[in-house]
Amino acid sequence: MTFEALVYQGLIGLSLAMYLWLLAAGLTIAFGVLGVVNFAHGSLYMLGGYFAFTFYLTLQMNFWLSLLLAAVSGGVIGLIMERFFLRFIYHLDLAYQILLTFGFVLIFADAARIFWGGIPLIPPMPEILDSTVSIVGRPFPVYNLFVIFVGIAVSALLWLLLDKTSWGETVRASASDREMASALGVNIPRLFTVVFSFAAMLAALSGALGTPVRAMTPGIGTSVIIDVFIVTVIGGLGNLPGAFVGALIIGLMKAYGVLLFPDADLFMTYLIMALVLLFRPKGLLGGR
Amino acid sequence: MKSWTALTKAGLQTRLAAAAGAALAVALLIIPLFGDYVIWLTANMLILALFAVGFNLLFSFTGLLSFGQAAFFAVGGYVCALILLAVPSLLLGVVGGVVAAGVVALIIGFLCVRHTEIYFAMLTLAFGMMIHSIIWKWRAVTGGDDGLVGVPRAPLEIPGLLSIDMADLERYYYFVLLLVVLGIFAIWRVVRSSLGLTLQGIRDSESRVTFIGLSVMKYRLIAFTIAGLASGLAGALMVPLGRSASPAIANWTFSAEPVIATMLGGAFTFAGPIVGSFLFYIIKEIVVIFTGYWMMTLGIIVLAMVLGFRGGVVSVIQRQLLPLLERRRNDLGG
Amino acid sequence: MVALFHAQGVRKTFGEFVAINDVDMMLEKVVLTSIIGPNGAGKTTLINLFTGKLPCDSGRLVFDGTDITGLTPHQRVHLGISRSFQVTNILQQMTVAQNLQLPVLARLGRAGRPFARPDRDPDVRAEVESLLSDIGLAKARDVRAKALPHGDQRLLEIGMAIACRPRLCFLDEPCSGMNPGERAQVQELIRKLTKLRDVTFVIIEHDMDVVFALSDRVIVMHQGKVLTEGKPEAIRNHAGVKEIYLGEEVGD
Repeated sequence: MTFEALVYQGLIGLSLAMYLWLLAAGLTIAFGVLGVVNFAHGSLYMLGGYFAFTFYLTLQMNFWLSLLLAAVSGGVIGLIMERFFLRFIYHLDLAYQILLTFGFVLIFADAARIFWGGIPLIPPMPEILDSTVSIVGRPFPVYNLFVIFVGIAVSALLWLLLDKTSWGETVRASASDREMASALGVNIPRLFTVVFSFAAMLAALSGALGTPVRAMTPGIGTSVIIDVFIVTVIGGLGNLPGAFVGALIIGLMKAYGVLLFPDADLFMTYLIMALVLLFRPKGLLGGR
Repeated sequence: MKSWTALTKAGLQTRLAAAAGAALAVALLIIPLFGDYVIWLTANMLILALFAVGFNLLFSFTGLLSFGQAAFFAVGGYVCALILLAVPSLLLGVVGGVVAAGVVALIIGFLCVRHTEIYFAMLTLAFGMMIHSIIWKWRAVTGGDDGLVGVPRAPLEIPGLLSIDMADLERYYYFVLLLVVLGIFAIWRVVRSSLGLTLQGIRDSESRVTFIGLSVMKYRLIAFTIAGLASGLAGALMVPLGRSASPAIANWTFSAEPVIATMLGGAFTFAGPIVGSFLFYIIKEIVVIFTGYWMMTLGIIVLAMVLGFRGGVVSVIQRQLLPLLERRRNDLGG
Repeated sequence: MVALFHAQGVRKTFGEFVAINDVDMMLEKVVLTSIIGPNGAGKTTLINLFTGKLPCDSGRLVFDGTDITGLTPHQRVHLGISRSFQVTNILQQMTVAQNLQLPVLARLGRAGRPFARPDRDPDVRAEVESLLSDIGLAKARDVRAKALPHGDQRLLEIGMAIACRPRLCFLDEPCSGMNPGERAQVQELIRKLTKLRDVTFVIIEHDMDVVFALSDRVIVMHQGKVLTEGKPEAIRNHAGVKEIYLGEEVGD
């Protein structure tokens, strides 16, 4: 592989990684604080994409606005999921919480079919981002750079939020010791709702970002969740930097894999996961 | 006869279960009287019942939630299909499918059982989809997204002993019935055995079982492999039924079917998954008449079950119906 | 005296907190030892290290001549070490009899038999009956463990530990939450088992009456180290021991 190809595919991989990172970050934060793995996380990605499509194309809104609104809509759905359903079963075995989120996977899949039909949808690219930039002598889509930028911006925001604000401190404290936090006066139920919605928002944002480049289908939620699981397992469940590392690895792997092993690229992701599990069962950076 | 007196002295629940079991047995035997469609439906119910019982061995008796059982179902089905396409022997196809599924379960299980609860659910899901992606991509062998068609429903042959033609749906139905009953019976025996006790111990307290001197990982792997074998048998039986194999049976949404069937019927009893499997298909048949949105209906049912009826239909019977019947019996001076 | 168990230089830290700080300990055969110390002294952590629930950061553990430092918990049980837990850790959904069947099956190597019925195995039945009468729960054999009153659950906990036929048995606060009658019962049981079944008991206890009534030897722990050890009467009058328990300053 030439140096140009290395760099070029690397950037492609980076942008792919950002989608995964946004998804994995939400899943990880929700798991860290609530202890629940949301199987419907991929479905929220899907809904985010569909919402963006509707806002942008059907309602002819500004692209930036549609991104924002799509993310917020995802957050609202997450809020409903947590506040009116998940909250009632925290005292139960973890398996039931997983099953509940799975019920939502089924509902969302058909809901998408009802509202948007089963055909793949791709809205047009916003003009401002529909160009290319020359990188290592090749035209590189500006949109991918935009996605990378959003990913980095969100990372910075997350870091700021979690590390530098008192709310972030509350979240981190609750993640490591829920009872203690509650004893110190933290309104745990409300915190759960906020965190879960926030995670849902990130997932929806990821989906919304993907709309101009990837076809939205009702089935995409179920395939995306697998990728997110692999990323979190590689990084370590509940480990936010780990999720970033995992997303990078898988994103780059997909980009380079397409060049090096065109038929086995899908299989490579699973292989990496299997290897990590064999030698570092708690993930590369250690998880719970 | 000793067991009859024991039965008449037994509680209402046992007698009811025995009566239901007998009625079910009779019903299953006379199914072919109702025509091809009913035979087809019942065969599918039976296959799902076996699939779900295997799943529940893991879930209710060992405490492991697996979202990847479809992988073993698919391995069993595809290997059976490939064997049947080469050699017209039903026996070889089924045995081959089961063995292949067991081997794959052993390998995947080895990677998964050292992890607990959430990780385990996620990993079984991921590995299940890995099998799905292999099946999808390996066109040369599996036919990719077209699957394998024209799989012969080969005759059941034991050279020198017997040769039964299976082209007739009725005949094949009895074959499925026999093997499903055998499979479920085997798992029932396991549940009541020392191994079953060990698994239940693991479900109740892993640390306790470790400090009794048992390797938790080893027994989880055994349970996982048994569940894999059951799933593989179910898959191997399914393929000659429709004479085809498609990648859909490897998708994790298919893995969800035994999960939902078990929840419907009730995870806490052995019969729950069996009851749930029959219910699952009956509900599906009814719902599909009214709406194409079967998944949403199923999702709503899952939500309702998790929020309110975790014991499934069987526990509803135990809690609501039985006391009612007891009261009736007592009122009548029974 | 035969050293049944020997811990050398055992150390365990959790992050920056040093839980066990270079502990050397020798446990002799059939000498009933109690380990006492204020909360946080590291008693349960020590047992966790000895039985394999936690790995040692450094140090060596030798049981009856065999180096067990690297062995998993269930391997150590096979060699003859068992334990009970401070927080009752029985198999809640199973009956009392089943709770005892499992360790017996495990010991006999029959736990994995996929078609054998445990209640039809004569060896298992005999042993379970004997255990049930030892711990006094024969009448409760078909009761679900979670339905038992607390004291009976603790008895079952002990029963499971001895069902493994250990040579060295660690009991972590066996009498916790028990009324005086039950305490007496446990003491009787431990005495009887020491004699009949040749078990060396090591007990963590807070109840000093039990400690002084039962023990041949008392080890005192404080802040992850062994403060002192000796015969019960000597410990009872030891100034340093009084200090760590009562916080009283005792002049040197």
